[in-house]
Amino acid sequence: MNNQAVTNGIGSSRSTRRISKKPQYSRFTQQELPAWKPILTPGWVIASILAIAFLFIPIGLFSLFASKRVVEIVYRYDQDCLPEMYRGNATAYIKNSDANKTCIENITVPKRMDPPIYVYYQLDYFYQNHRRYVKSRGDKQLRSVGYEFLTKECEPEARVNKSKISSPIVPCGLIAWSLFNDTYNLTLREKVLNINKKGIAWKSDTEDKFGSQVYPKNFQLGQDMIGGGKLNEKIPLSEQEDLIVWMRTAALPTFRKLYGKINTSLEAHDIITVALQNNYNTYSFGGQKKLVLSTTGWIDGKNDFLGIAYLMVGGICLFMALNFILLYVFKPRPLGDPSYLSWNRKAAN
Amino acid sequence: MAKGGGTKAAKLIRSSLYTLANIRVKPSYKKSEARIEEISGYPRVILVNQPATLPDQDSSPPLFCTNYVSTTKYTLFNFLPIALFEQFNRVANFYFLVAAGLTFTDYAPFDWPSQVVPLALVVGFSLAKELYEDLQRHWQDMTANCQKAAVHSPSGDFEQKQWREVCVGDIVKVKKDEFFPADLLLLQSSYEDGISYVETMNLDGETNLKVKRALQDLNFSVPVDDDKATHFQDFRPTIRCENPNSNLYTFTGNLEYDGNIYPLDPAQLLLRDSKLRNTEYVYGVVVFTGNDTKVMQNTTQSPSKRSKIELQMDKIIYLLFGLLIFISIVSASGFAYFVRNLVPLWWYLIPEVPGEDFDINNFLISGLRHLVTALMLYGYLVPISLYVSIEAVKILQARFINNDLQLYDDVTGVPANARTSNLNEQLGQVDTILSDKTGTLTCNQMDFLKCSIAGCPYGKRLSEVELAAAKQINAQLESEAESADGSLTDTASLEAITITDDGNSNNNKKGAIKGFSFQDDRLQKGNWTKEPNADVILLFFRILAVCHTAIPEVSEKTGELTYEAESPDEGAFLVAAREFGFQFIKRTQNSVVVLERLSKDQEPVEKEYTILTLLDFTSKRKRMSVILRDETGQLLMFCKGADTIIFDRLASDGKMYLESTTKNLNDYGEAGLRTLALAYKKLSESEYSEWHEKFHNAKISSGSNREELMEDLSDVMERGLTLVGATAVEDKLQSGVPECIDRLALAGLKIWVLTGDKMETAINIGFSCSLLRQGMKQICIVVSAEMLAEAAKDVIKENILSQITTGLDSIKNKKEPHAAFALIIDGKTLTYALEDDMKFKFLNLAVNCASVICCRVSPKQKALVVRLVKEGTRRTTLGIGDGANDVGMIKEADIGIGISGVEGMQAVMASDFSIAQFRFLERLLIVHGHWCYKRISKMICYFFYKNITLALTLFYFEAETGFSGQMHYDDWYMLLYNVFLTSCPVLALGVLEKDICAEFCLQFPALYQQGPKNLFFDWYRIIGWLANGVYASFVIYLVNLRIFSPESFRKEGQTADMYVIGTAMFTSIIWVVNVQIFLVSHYLTRVQLHTIWGSIVVWYLIVYIYGMMPVQWSAGNIYHQLPEVLGPAYKFYLSTVFVTILCNMPYLIHISYQRCYNPEDHHILQEMKNMKKDVTDRKMWKREQVKATQETEIGLSARVDAKMRLMKGRTTRKYSSLAPNSS
Repeated sequence: MNNQAVTNGIGSSRSTRRISKKPQYSRFTQQELPAWKPILTPGWVIASILAIAFLFIPIGLFSLFASKRVVEIVYRYDQDCLPEMYRGNATAYIKNSDANKTCIENITVPKRMDPPIYVYYQLDYFYQNHRRYVKSRGDKQLRSVGYEFLTKECEPEARVNKSKISSPIVPCGLIAWSLFNDTYNLTLREKVLNINKKGIAWKSDTEDKFGSQVYPKNFQLGQDMIGGGKLNEKIPLSEQEDLIVWMRTAALPTFRKLYGKINTSLEAHDIITVALQNNYNTYSFGGQKKLVLSTTGWIDGKNDFLGIAYLMVGGICLFMALNFILLYVFKPRPLGDPSYLSWNRKAAN
Repeated sequence: MAKGGGTKAAKLIRSSLYTLANIRVKPSYKKSEARIEEISGYPRVILVNQPATLPDQDSSPPLFCTNYVSTTKYTLFNFLPIALFEQFNRVANFYFLVAAGLTFTDYAPFDWPSQVVPLALVVGFSLAKELYEDLQRHWQDMTANCQKAAVHSPSGDFEQKQWREVCVGDIVKVKKDEFFPADLLLLQSSYEDGISYVETMNLDGETNLKVKRALQDLNFSVPVDDDKATHFQDFRPTIRCENPNSNLYTFTGNLEYDGNIYPLDPAQLLLRDSKLRNTEYVYGVVVFTGNDTKVMQNTTQSPSKRSKIELQMDKIIYLLFGLLIFISIVSASGFAYFVRNLVPLWWYLIPEVPGEDFDINNFLISGLRHLVTALMLYGYLVPISLYVSIEAVKILQARFINNDLQLYDDVTGVPANARTSNLNEQLGQVDTILSDKTGTLTCNQMDFLKCSIAGCPYGKRLSEVELAAAKQINAQLESEAESADGSLTDTASLEAITITDDGNSNNNKKGAIKGFSFQDDRLQKGNWTKEPNADVILLFFRILAVCHTAIPEVSEKTGELTYEAESPDEGAFLVAAREFGFQFIKRTQNSVVVLERLSKDQEPVEKEYTILTLLDFTSKRKRMSVILRDETGQLLMFCKGADTIIFDRLASDGKMYLESTTKNLNDYGEAGLRTLALAYKKLSESEYSEWHEKFHNAKISSGSNREELMEDLSDVMERGLTLVGATAVEDKLQSGVPECIDRLALAGLKIWVLTGDKMETAINIGFSCSLLRQGMKQICIVVSAEMLAEAAKDVIKENILSQITTGLDSIKNKKEPHAAFALIIDGKTLTYALEDDMKFKFLNLAVNCASVICCRVSPKQKALVVRLVKEGTRRTTLGIGDGANDVGMIKEADIGIGISGVEGMQAVMASDFSIAQFRFLERLLIVHGHWCYKRISKMICYFFYKNITLALTLFYFEAETGFSGQMHYDDWYMLLYNVFLTSCPVLALGVLEKDICAEFCLQFPALYQQGPKNLFFDWYRIIGWLANGVYASFVIYLVNLRIFSPESFRKEGQTADMYVIGTAMFTSIIWVVNVQIFLVSHYLTRVQLHTIWGSIVVWYLIVYIYGMMPVQWSAGNIYHQLPEVLGPAYKFYLSTVFVTILCNMPYLIHISYQRCYNPEDHHILQEMKNMKKDVTDRKMWKREQVKATQETEIGLSARVDAKMRLMKGRTTRKYSSLAPNSS
């Protein structure tokens, strides 16, 4: 006997009074809502695939064209800037604070580059996306002086032991600690090319996420562990744009970050002299360092992928559309042809 | 009951009507004489009429539970623990619980809300549903508990109290048609002898009234019916009885009053949930209350059933768990590799300091720890919200079933009811229907149709079986005319119809009398007096009018006389007798008054027959008799009963009409009618008094063999009868049953009939609902009664086995390609056939037969047959029935359907779905089942797809991060993905999707086979969807990364950081999965369209709003991201568009190609509908409908086919023989 049997007696006694249990009519309850019932007819399929093709191919061409117009100079310098004597032991060199890290190289401009020309540094095999690395930052501390002591998340680069009192590092954490500190000075025909380092960070970062009252403190004081660049303790974090850019961790182990902008145009075959300070240690883990000078196109930097991808998919669509057209021409199936119904096909077999 | 009639009826001592069951003079003892155990042997002591407040004499008052009834699953206190336990019993939920717990540790790759919030929502929803259902039960309980009952108060009045306040020992008064508030001990009824009638429909599903009897010698005056029963004030007996138990038919105890002890038995017990009928009022003592009552003790949970799709879904979940573990192990190994070989060189991590995540000196431990992290990180592979979404969808689907106006029965006012929502899609996968007969296929409403008196058959009207046959001929001729050179057949068919319909059409004009469809002028309007055997006819009518246990009742409104009869057959007889001029008008204490109109012109005469003894009907005796004295003083015994029983008891000179009556009975049987034979016997005074003395002695004896003795004595008396005639009553088929069976058969469903009726009746009904037809070879597996009685079990089994083998052989070696077979087996044989060593052979035979009819089966056998089919064929079974005897079958079947008809609520209560009529099964299965199946399968596939798409992008990213467990999405994205961003469209799909409209489903029954064949949820399709997910995740990941890095992604020269790429990728995912669901849907109502584009818009809004929150609220990662970083970048849009199209392209091309060159039926039908071919090309449309069927050998259509084949062979001969007039 079921549970409800007990109380249902009452229900049935009431039904003698004939409360109408008739369901109310509504288009929803009767499942009669008007609906759009699209059918993938050959016409639709071909039309939509063709439409995609005709949309994608121009976009692809456009992107590719835009990308081709972009002039990009990528110059890997980590090996070139290694003095002969340290070739076998690059780590020792980079860790040796007394060694001369200055390195002067020449780059030839292949094509005319119109301003603004963006200067990037690119690191390879550097895992900025490692979980330990990504987590190791103190967002609140960066934002406001009040949160100076909130360094829990910054381990293992959180506090400095200064005369038994541990005092917080500002900015704390591995990301800040490993700040990229190679510097580039460009000269063109003996004239210094001014690299503008203002405005390379996102506005929201400089305005909100990095406090204008927060000054670096205890930064890079560790004796045994020297990380990357140092910070000027007089300048608030909100103005340390290099740091801000660095602190936006990259998604992949190969990444490029904005170093600055040049507002002069460069002509083809110009030779740029780069005087760089090769401070940053990528040698110990076999990373690479590159200097990149690039203009931007209509939509982005030099990236052929987008254009090629669009072109390819557009091409495939065109091909598929043609395929379908041919199929329909040579082996048409009339719409709603009853002979294709399973029972008729069964009979035919 | 009218007031005057009421008092008169109250004077009746009903006990004399029932001999065998009730009269039993109980021995009573003085207390002093009683044996000790008689007094103290019972554990339960009830002090009647003494409120608990009174000080107790001997011992502390026993504590009885209150009459508060609770059917709820939980109480206020145990709801949370129990409900939570049930929730986390599911593997997936438990996994998420552990994962949520771990988010508070360092292992977690994300913050706690991203795990806890979805889990809380999901579990919260389930809890809310449980709570809601339990509250509903609680409210139902409350209405029960708050009903009013009249309870005797110390002041002597009867006060209105709520049911829950009724205590053990209270005396309550229950009026006619009221329910008993608790289990009562009957003290007194409005009838002098303390008889009362109760209807126990809610307990056992039986509609006939049961008689209960008060203690005979308990002497107090019959109280006047004015609620001032002061005489109860001093009535303070003590009841000792057994403890509460679940057995409905036992009760022992005794009642001590005035120093006398009276033994009690079940005849005095009025059970809660039964209803007082035909009795003005009763007084009773409350014996068991609340949860102690028999009905509550019988409460069991119906077993929870799970649909096949859900079981398969569990397998997919295990598969995904496997995948999860696999990629987690890959991650962990990768991590260990990195920690060992590469990370030590990464100075920027300060790897020398062992952190919470790794220790370079111990890469194995680090790897193992990372395994935990990875298991949590990829947890999105397993859709957390799947169970909840499916539950929500199913509830809504169930509401559609409940609200379907086409499943609503106007006559009874009962809509369909999906009592469990978790089997909706199973409705679309049914393979075998096992149906009860009485009340399911038939109405269980008897119509007196024919009779045979003195060997002469009367009654011209056709039974439905005959009618169906006539229609068949008609249909067959019609189709013949259509197909061939049929100018001749046209006229022939017309003739045939006019002939066959003649008898019925006339009658239909006359106002139909319920229970009486007889039409024959020879007997009606008093013409019977002119018949040759008028005296026998007179006797026949008298037997009908006198030999019964019914009570006449005058309806208060119309003043019409109705009969309160124990069985519907009896009611039909009385109506028939009335129509023939023998109106039974009054039953007194020992007489029956009949108003007899002997001829048309004569005034009706009131005749009183003194009833001396009544031997009542039991299923064992299969007969009932009355011994009476008519006005002339002649002693007569009238007897009616099953033909075989009566024929055995005929006197040698009483067999005058035996031969012709037998012939008529066979005809009636063929026409699907229920038959009873009537006989009588003249008695001499001495013969009777001698017998009566013995009988009376037996009656009052208290020996254990009393019943046996009485039965023997009745047996002696009921011999030497003279046959008068036989009645034929039709148990009408429910409307639309043959058509429904036909449609179901065309949809490829197999239908078995399991009935308690005898073989002939079952076969007749089989014919009338087209499960059987002429030309079908019937394989009857029967063991003769003699053999059953005599032969050893082995021999019987041998015999059955050989019958089965012969049957199988004949099927194998069938000569005609279209030969159809029907298997008919009876209950006794089935007992053997269901034994382990034989059942699969039996099943093998059964599945090879077009129809299977099992007759004379017990409720348990019904369940066993269902189990055999279910386990033997591994197909979905559906059990449908209406009575208490079908409960086992309904519970056992994969889907149980109850007919909410007249036979009580038992079957409905045990069922998963209830419908008012058998014919609604067609729509329920073919429309709702089909839809639900497709919806759920589409929905589940899509669900897995969307989660794989998301989770794998995480995995790919891991490989780029040294498997460190870093995510490139914000925690909140993950949180919102399942519970919010992608849930609405998939819910809308699950609720509203339709591949084909209802009419088409019904018109093309073959479409139903997509479900039983499981075309839409087979592994091919599932793997396809999983692969689609893998592909999409791959494209999304790769393309986005390549587009956004390493170059600047904007004209302004900035490069993308991790979260920019994350957001762009997630945007692609949202687009891809939403466009995908758009492509999946065929039926896009406004709801679906809004949810799809709404989800996309909401995604952008969330990123925007979330990013624009004050910096201390917003996660730093996406602060101002959309407006400042991504919004102005063209690439963001270009990548979304590109990824969306590339991800959905293969699917689009696949379905376009499949649709074009490998179209499924619903594709073609959609196209036809779109092109309005159903309107423009009616001929083709009709033709396809006819063809859109599964091959079947049962049903009307199969009948037509068979006839057609037959006719093609011998056309001309057939015509001439069918319509001799036309030639």
